[in-house]
Amino acid sequence: MPERPPETALVGEIESPEEQIVEESIEGGLLGQSAEIEAGAVIAGGEGRRRKAGLGFGAWLAIGWLVFIVLIAVLAKTGILTWGDPEESFGECARKGPFADEGTADGFLLGCDSNGRDMIPRLALGAWTSLLVATGAIVVGFVIGGLLGMLAGYFGGKQSRIGGVIAGAFVGAVFGIIIGGVIFAVAIGLGDVLAGVLGGVLGAALGGFAGWRKGDLDTYLTGIFNVMLSIPAIVLALSLTAFLLGSAEEAAQGGGLPPELVLIIAIGVVSIPLVGRIARASALSWAQRDFVLAARAQGAKHARIMVRELLPNVLPAMFSISLLGIAIAIVAEGTLAILGVGVRPPTPSWGNIIALDRGNLFKSPHIVFEASLLIFLTVLALNFLGDVVRSRFDVREGGI
Amino acid sequence: MTESASATAPTTRAASDSGALLQVTDVKTHFETDRGLVRAVDGVSFTLERGKTLGIVGESGCGKTVLSRSIMGLLPKRGVVRSGSIVFEGRELTDLGPKEMREYWGAQMSMIFQDPMTSLNPVMKIGKQITESIRQHLDVTKEFADELAINLLNSVRIPEPEARMKEYPHQLSGGMRQRVCIAVALACGPKLLFADEPTTALDVTVQAQVLDLMAAQQRERYMAMVLITHDLGVVAGRADEIAVMYAGRIVEKAPTSELFSNMKMPYTEALLSSIPKLEDATHTRLATIPGRPPDLVNPPAGCKFAPRCAYAQDRCREEEPPLIEEKPGHMYRCWFPVGTPEGAAALERNKREGVVAAVALAQAETL
Amino acid sequence: MELAKLIGRRAVQLLVVLIVVSFFTFLLIRLLPGDPTDAIIPFGTEEQKRLLREDLGLEKGFFEQYWDYVSGLAQGDLGHQYSSGRPVSDLVEQSLPISLQLMIYAQVIALLFALPLGVFAAYRAGTKSDRAINTTGFALLAVPNFVLALVLSYFIGAELKWLPTSGYAPGWLDPLFDPSRSPDIGDHIRYMLLPAITLAVGQIAIYMRLLRSDMIATLQENFITMAKAKGIPNRRILWRHALRPSSLTLLTVAGLNVGILIGGAIVVEVIYGIPGMGQKIGQAIFSREYVELQSYVVVIAVLFVLINFFVDFLYSVLDPRIRRARATT
Repeated sequence: MPERPPETALVGEIESPEEQIVEESIEGGLLGQSAEIEAGAVIAGGEGRRRKAGLGFGAWLAIGWLVFIVLIAVLAKTGILTWGDPEESFGECARKGPFADEGTADGFLLGCDSNGRDMIPRLALGAWTSLLVATGAIVVGFVIGGLLGMLAGYFGGKQSRIGGVIAGAFVGAVFGIIIGGVIFAVAIGLGDVLAGVLGGVLGAALGGFAGWRKGDLDTYLTGIFNVMLSIPAIVLALSLTAFLLGSAEEAAQGGGLPPELVLIIAIGVVSIPLVGRIARASALSWAQRDFVLAARAQGAKHARIMVRELLPNVLPAMFSISLLGIAIAIVAEGTLAILGVGVRPPTPSWGNIIALDRGNLFKSPHIVFEASLLIFLTVLALNFLGDVVRSRFDVREGGI
Repeated sequence: MTESASATAPTTRAASDSGALLQVTDVKTHFETDRGLVRAVDGVSFTLERGKTLGIVGESGCGKTVLSRSIMGLLPKRGVVRSGSIVFEGRELTDLGPKEMREYWGAQMSMIFQDPMTSLNPVMKIGKQITESIRQHLDVTKEFADELAINLLNSVRIPEPEARMKEYPHQLSGGMRQRVCIAVALACGPKLLFADEPTTALDVTVQAQVLDLMAAQQRERYMAMVLITHDLGVVAGRADEIAVMYAGRIVEKAPTSELFSNMKMPYTEALLSSIPKLEDATHTRLATIPGRPPDLVNPPAGCKFAPRCAYAQDRCREEEPPLIEEKPGHMYRCWFPVGTPEGAAALERNKREGVVAAVALAQAETL
Repeated sequence: MELAKLIGRRAVQLLVVLIVVSFFTFLLIRLLPGDPTDAIIPFGTEEQKRLLREDLGLEKGFFEQYWDYVSGLAQGDLGHQYSSGRPVSDLVEQSLPISLQLMIYAQVIALLFALPLGVFAAYRAGTKSDRAINTTGFALLAVPNFVLALVLSYFIGAELKWLPTSGYAPGWLDPLFDPSRSPDIGDHIRYMLLPAITLAVGQIAIYMRLLRSDMIATLQENFITMAKAKGIPNRRILWRHALRPSSLTLLTVAGLNVGILIGGAIVVEVIYGIPGMGQKIGQAIFSREYVELQSYVVVIAVLFVLINFFVDFLYSVLDPRIRRARATT
């Protein structure tokens, strides 16, 4: 007797799923894409809607490779399994290997480099170095950039006095040091340090004041990001690395920071604005949603909202960018190595294996090719996973 | 508005001897999707003569948009199954490939879409969008095309047409944009115009203007028009004949005045009663049609409207009523039509049993 | 009027960037341990080195040095190389056009391939050819610049010997900077072809995917159906109706990509032995040529801002809606 309760709405407002399919297929089907939309295929960049549950075959393949390579790296570093000594050189093997002009060497599956060192342990240990540097750099970028980005996105446009003051003071201090320092030192003749401090304090005061009036953390942060992005990443990383590494003499004496750390810092700093922008865009779009407002209305503090409401939603976008970022960082390490900066031999990294024997490319290509292949596969796997993660969570909002 | 009452020549049933402009016979359009075959249009037939207007009315999802695109042939290539016959001026359109159809599009038959904001290319000047069509189909000089475009803009009552030619769509208001769309559609003098919800996206005050404009153009050009809408009020004064669609089929078709005075399908009645009227007292509860449109992949057995129908009986749920033509020109599908003794009895039975749809209808009884 | 505002905004940005960039590179490089005088007169005495440092202005206060540098910059003086005393502006003149040509070629090649591929992939979205193009693009993205350079170098340079793998001949842009160099276009192309292709490949993949997804979105818009309903042939719809609105993102990315392109150019120049600014930067770092390095970085930063400005300008040309939005702000 009792029927379903009456549904709502006047005629004309109910849209059944079929209607949507049909409408979509009409609109999108014009030049033949209805199959794509209806099948839920993934548009490049992961913007489509996947209807399949579980990861695809490719994703598992990628994960498998990454697990494999990490395993090898860890095994090599901890010394459990090294497949030989990465530093021992075998004279008779030098420059021999698959594809090499001088032919292959027995017992050395992948050949040796120009110093006669066995490729296999070198590549394994190199995996450790490269992956360590790349992951470390991205962690730095993720943490700092992500934090800053989230702050910017959350407070963006809102009146946050404190945030504005801090950001304003920071920017003000920077400009204060620069401009004030010049004025005080050159025009007035104060000592360098004094001039700098004076300028910085004044600038911070001015900037803080401006920040307090305007209260916009977001503008300052994006401004900072944009300036950082004005310098091509490589150049910045190069300069930072060169600076942090110190001169050749100092290094020979064992001074200076370990190159791996230097690289992590340099590449990490460079990645801050990149991750930060994504985090900001993502946070911005989430922060404007009602549930954040609702949380505020219930008296939740900013920090709590950011951690409990915003973070879980922003994380997927950041995670996807981080995967891609690690891939980029691996390549960055290689690039810096070729430019002569980076991990010092004899410690191998994929980058410096290539860099060291670049000159032997024509005669003994296997050295370069082997390391390159490893880089390529790892980057491919990371890219693929990053894409999959992105499309899974449909993060169109996280775009630049 | 009043001419429709007199211009009701009954549409003929017969085939190609009618001299009709457009003859649609048992057209079906199905989409292949993950969930199954979506029967968007499931056997629609009608005829249309030059100078006449057919109104197609129905809720979202009833297939009216798909129908218009099917007839014009604007469907995607993949995943679509078409059947049925579409004869335009004696020529079978379903045989034609895209190249041949292109000669029809714009020149013989045109379409106006629902949202004028998105139907115009935002980065192309208005003038260009009109002359493009002209120069595609007619072999004329650029100057002539421009002149023609200006005249068109004039005829759709756009002020200062010369200036408008160089402007972009975002510089015009919604109503003006729709007029431009009309101008574009009419540029090459088509014999048939499909207007797909032409006023839904417009302000109420502008709606009447646009509809009047379309009617005027139609008269001037002796053009046939298919007016598609979910709003019975729109077609009330402007169509010669109205076809009501539900779940991909025509459930009632009659000349306009006949439909309004003598409707048979409960769905039509429900549609009509859901329109708020000025004469209603304040706080009158609006009658809604409970439930949702049916699943087009797995439609219910029997009459597709039965789950939501105030008159539905057991027979309705078991057997699908065929399209019958009791009075010449008036077709419908119903076992217990409105205004018949069987229908009234069915309604009473349902009311007593507390069937939701019947109760809702009763509460909104203003007929 | 909006143009004036745009110029104003970018000018401010330029100034800010210049100040910050010049200062920070100055700072960083000054803090580099290692004394240039050691490299110049490695066997000199402390006194000689001190005199040299004074000569080079290295004994002055930090801010004073900076001010000297910046005021010099404003007058177009980019400083001098420590070791040779040559004005850096000379070096920039020599090398900048080379790098510019390389980047231009790379972008042109990339767009030349990416546009038709992207349009085609969008048109045939979901089909086998689309998937094939997509997968290839994806794989190409994963190949680092230097790997591609080395691989191409090996196969085309060493094995097939079709093209040279290092060296340079002046092109059309060089004489504009240094009239004494006369172009040798034939050789110029031979030397630049491999490096340009190397740089372009990564870009092709990015642009193509971007264009494709933008186009797919655009093709779903109502006005495309409308155009079809007017009887416009598909080819015309694709190229004249759909492409323009879709190209905006491409343009932005192409503009932003210049930074990455510059980075890539550095590596490519080093590997292929092209004497562009990238190579010079590498050398400057190695030989602790502070002033030279600084100036290079500043030049690049300026270039970057200028290019972004150009992109902005192109934006409003391409999309009249932006023109109007700008006018009202």
